[in-house]
Order: sequence, then C-alpha cells, then structure tokens
Amino acid sequence: MEEIILEAKSICKSFHDPVTIPILKEVSFSVNKGDFVSIIGKSGCGKSTLLYILSTMDTDYEGELIIDKESMTNKKENELAKIRNEKIGFVFQFHYLLNEFSVLRNVMLPGIKLGKFSEKEIEHHAMEKLRILGIQEQALKMPNQLSGGQKQRVAIARALINNPHIIMGDEPTGNLDKKNTEIVFDIFSQLAAEFNQTLLIVTHDNEFASRTQRIIEMEDGRIIK
Amino acid sequence: MNNKLILVIAKSLLLARWKQTLVAAVGVTFSITMFITLLGFMTGLNDLLDGLILNRTPHVRLFNEVKPNPEQPATFSKDLGYTFIHSIKPSGNGQNIDNATAIMQNLKKDPRVFGVAPKVSAQVFYNVGNIDINGVINGVDVESEARLFKFQDYVPAGNYLDLKNVPNSIILGKAAADKMLANIGDVIQVTTPRGDRQSLKVVGYFQSGLADLDKVQSYASLATTQKLLGRPISYITDINIKLNNIALAPALAVEYKKMFDTDAEDIQTANAQFETGSNVRSIISYAVGITLLIVAGFGIYNILNMMIYEKMDSIAILKATGFSGRDVKRIFTTIALSIGIVGGLFGLGFGFILSHIIHQIPFNTVALPTVKTFPVNYNLKFYLIGISFSIITTYFAGLFPARKASKIDPVIIIRGK
Repeated sequence: MEEIILEAKSICKSFHDPVTIPILKEVSFSVNKGDFVSIIGKSGCGKSTLLYILSTMDTDYEGELIIDKESMTNKKENELAKIRNEKIGFVFQFHYLLNEFSVLRNVMLPGIKLGKFSEKEIEHHAMEKLRILGIQEQALKMPNQLSGGQKQRVAIARALINNPHIIMGDEPTGNLDKKNTEIVFDIFSQLAAEFNQTLLIVTHDNEFASRTQRIIEMEDGRIIK
Repeated sequence: MNNKLILVIAKSLLLARWKQTLVAAVGVTFSITMFITLLGFMTGLNDLLDGLILNRTPHVRLFNEVKPNPEQPATFSKDLGYTFIHSIKPSGNGQNIDNATAIMQNLKKDPRVFGVAPKVSAQVFYNVGNIDINGVINGVDVESEARLFKFQDYVPAGNYLDLKNVPNSIILGKAAADKMLANIGDVIQVTTPRGDRQSLKVVGYFQSGLADLDKVQSYASLATTQKLLGRPISYITDINIKLNNIALAPALAVEYKKMFDTDAEDIQTANAQFETGSNVRSIISYAVGITLLIVAGFGIYNILNMMIYEKMDSIAILKATGFSGRDVKRIFTTIALSIGIVGGLFGLGFGFILSHIIHQIPFNTVALPTVKTFPVNYNLKFYLIGISFSIITTYFAGLFPARKASKIDPVIIIRGK
C-alpha cells in the first residue's frame, strides 16, 4: 500500500463576479508519495485554480483537502502558511526571486523561516540543493545577474530547501526555451527517481506531460482521465 | 529566528530603496528637530517670562494681616439683641508671626516643602538731601533667599553675600540707587517709621526687571532689618515657602493657615494670570510640533504604500513560501519603525544642536540683567516626547500600508503574470 501524500475530496469552486460560474466541479483524486504527476488541460479548464487550492493559498472552495493525513479545510491563515513553509515547495511560471538577496539567501529564506536548523546548516543544505541543480557557482550572485533558466533552477532549489512532501509547479517551463525546458524536466525526473520526490506539475505542454509517470487531464472543471 | 529573519528582510527592503527611505527619515528628522527646538525655545522664553514673577514669589506665603480684632465686644452681647459698641481697632503684635521659629522648624520637616525663607519687611524713607523717598527694606536670610528665589540673579552689581558678611549693609533697588546717586561702597541714610535714623552701606544693586519695584525695594539681612525696626530677633513678618510641587500650593495654604493660625496666600491666587499665559503658550508650541510630526507621518505612509506596490511580487512569494500575513505586516511595521527611530534620534541630535545655536544668540534686555542670550530649555521631557511621538506616528503611518500588504492574496499576483 503506497502512502497517500495529497488527497482532494470533491472540491468545488465557483467565481461569483459578475455572475456565478462554476470552475471546478467535484474534483477528487489523490497523489501517492513519490509520484510524478502532471495536470494538463486547455486554457481555462481550471487546472491552475485547482493547483492553487491544493497549494492551500486559495481557501475559498467547497470540499476537503488532505495533505499528509491532515485536513487543510478550515485552517487559519497562519497555520496554512506554516504548512506551505514546511510541506510544500512551489515553482511558478515566473521565478519570483527577491532581487534584494543573493541567490543563496533566496534559497535559504524558507529554511530560515522554518527555523528547524541553524543558519549554518541551512546554508549547507542550500549549497547542496544548488549543486544538485548544477548552479552552485552562482550562489553568491544576485538574481538579476542570472539567465532565465538559471533563475528557474534557483526557484526549484528554493522549493526544495525544506525537503517538502510535495513540489507543486504552475507552468514551471512556461517561460523557458526548449533547452532550458529540457534541463528543468530532467531535474524534475531526477528528483522523482533519485530522491523519491513527489511532484505535481500543471502544464499545457503535452510533450512535457507525456514523459511524467501519471497524467491528470482536465476539461471544464472535471477530471476526465 | 523569526524576528531576526523579519529584521533582515525589512533591512534589505529598506536599503533596496535607500533614497526613498532617506527622504522619509529626513522628514521625521526635520519634524523632530523643529519640535525639540520650538519647544525648547518657547519653554525657555516662557520660563524667563514666568520667572520674572514666579522666581521671586513664594509658593505659599505665611503672614499676619493687620485686621480688626475678630472678637469684637459686640459678639459677646449677641443675646441682648442690640449693641452699642463698634469698631474696636486692630491690636496685638501687628504683623509679627507668633512663634515663627517653631513654625519654620515644623515646615522644614514637612516632606512636601522644598525650602523656607523668613522675611521681615520694613517701611522706611530713603533720605536724599532734604527729600525723603518711600522705600521698603526686606530683611532676608541671604542664603535661603538665594537657594529658593535666585536672589543672586537679580543682583547685577556687587556681591550678594556681603549682605550677610558686612554689618549694616543694604542692596539698593537699582532705580532707587540711580535716584540717590548711590554707588557701591557709599553709605546712605534711612529713616524708620518710628523716626530713628540709620546709616547703611550699599553693597550691591537689586534689579528685578520691574521698574516700579526697583524704585522701592531694597534688601538687607534679617538682623539689620530687625535692628532697624527695634524688634527682637524673633520678629518675622513673612515666612516664604517653596514647595516641591507647585500644584499643591492652594491646598497647603489652607492647611498651614489652620495649623499655624496665620494668614496664608498661595501663588496661584496671587499670580493667576501667569499660569494661564504660560499654559496657552505651551499648548501652542505642542500643537505646532505635533502637526509637524503628523505631516512627517503622512510622508512615511506614502512611501510605504509605494514600496508595497513595488514589492507586490516579493510579498506574494514570501506568502507562498510560508510567511503568514502577520509576518508580512511585521516586516512593514518594522520598516516604518526603523525610519521613525533613526529619523527621530537624528532629530533629537539636530534639535539639540539647533537649540544650542539659538542659545548662543545674544539677547540683552534691561529687565533681565543676568540674561545675555536667548533662553532655551533643555528639558529631557521634550526629548522623550519627541522620540515617543516619532515612534508612535511612524508606527501608525506604517500600520495601514502594512495591513494592506498582509492582506495581499498571493494567488492574484502570481496568476496575474
């Protein structure tokens, strides 16, 4: 029996402005530990909306979300922030690095926030992650000195710093060229294969999706496959 | 760990826009500088003006009013229904306070009393050629008078201590001395009400700043005055009391009046108008100072608001990676507070320097012989109010933008790209 990391139970969401439009209709599925899952679907089918609900950042929904055997529904904002910090890593389409901090500090920030290790240890972990991603030489540069692909790899390192249960990606390769997309995909596969890292990636790149272990296809707010 | 992290983030956000930060901090510095200078200068002037009268006025004065005997024979014959005897004239020991030495010893033990100074006042005539000029000689205990009423400040020429050290000496009112052409070291003649003549040596001038007073008032030692009046050394006409807390004066005046069976007058009753003027002036200066600070607060509010719009992405990613709304709020209030504290501290420094410069500007006035430059009050209270107020205003100026930042929904920002 494999361990379930994330479970969605009949999640519904509607937008109410200006008229009520249902976006997600009774979405239920689960992700096991170590799965490399991609969610695909046409633009506007609700895949990103679903991801933000799964990420606990969007709390305006019906149904139940369980991460690591713990219900996320009706939790307070600061409790959710703590869970995001500890259990979820994010990679977005845009890298969202803080320009005021060096690459290394950017990667370390969520770790320092968690406060489980000393700063020295976190720095060591961060260098480790940067090395896995092959950008350890850039550690002391500022983010604006890096190329787009490098920035995205720093963002992945940041997502990994607290050894999260699951990494969620919203079009993580959307802004990247072919070569960098390849690099990012390889990194994800490597993480899944070598480190048994659970990954949940939203993408509209079917080629990317076809190479993952499991594809969830969405249409009109429902999972069709 | 969390606090340190918030500090680090606040610091880098601050330094990333150091020019804006500087403008905001300079705004606070300017207002605190002006606040400190204004209050210091205004209060200095205020104290000076009040001091003209208040320094020289006891908080409570015990004396014996010459008044009709309260026990008129008529009061004994109330039962008769009608009386024939009236206007029994004042009698007894006149203005002397009975048992003055014991009263003074008692007062000195009272913890509310700062000090006690005895006084004997004597009506005299200064003899100038064949003309007599009206005068009053105040017999004082020089040391208590100096300690409690800054006597030395009003003696521009001569040494006030000579009053005690030189027998039969007098410190003449400046205006009276001018009239009598009396220089220091000269001997003048006075006539007492009883007709005795006495020679007194001028050892100094007294200048109160009130010309009418200086024409009449002179000072001598207690013993000299008592001798002038032909009275024993127990003869005291006034006991001037300085309190630790001036606000207690009215209550204590009533208490002492009953306890010592004398008349008592408090400073508030005697000089009500000075209090009012002084209060109005401080209200004005506080109002101007606080207005300045509020304007600086708006500056900080604007800059933080702008910073939050610029840093939307950073706020969103901080929230996505596990910073709660409260953490974000603390980052921005920390930014506001550091601007407030740093700006405020510099303000205190510059305020002190500016006050000091004003304090060096010459200011000569006939009325105040010892004042040579503009007066400035360096009361620690203003500095404390200044720094607290700068912290409070900047905190509130930062609070609203910070709350806005804490409510930013990361989903909207991240999906907007």
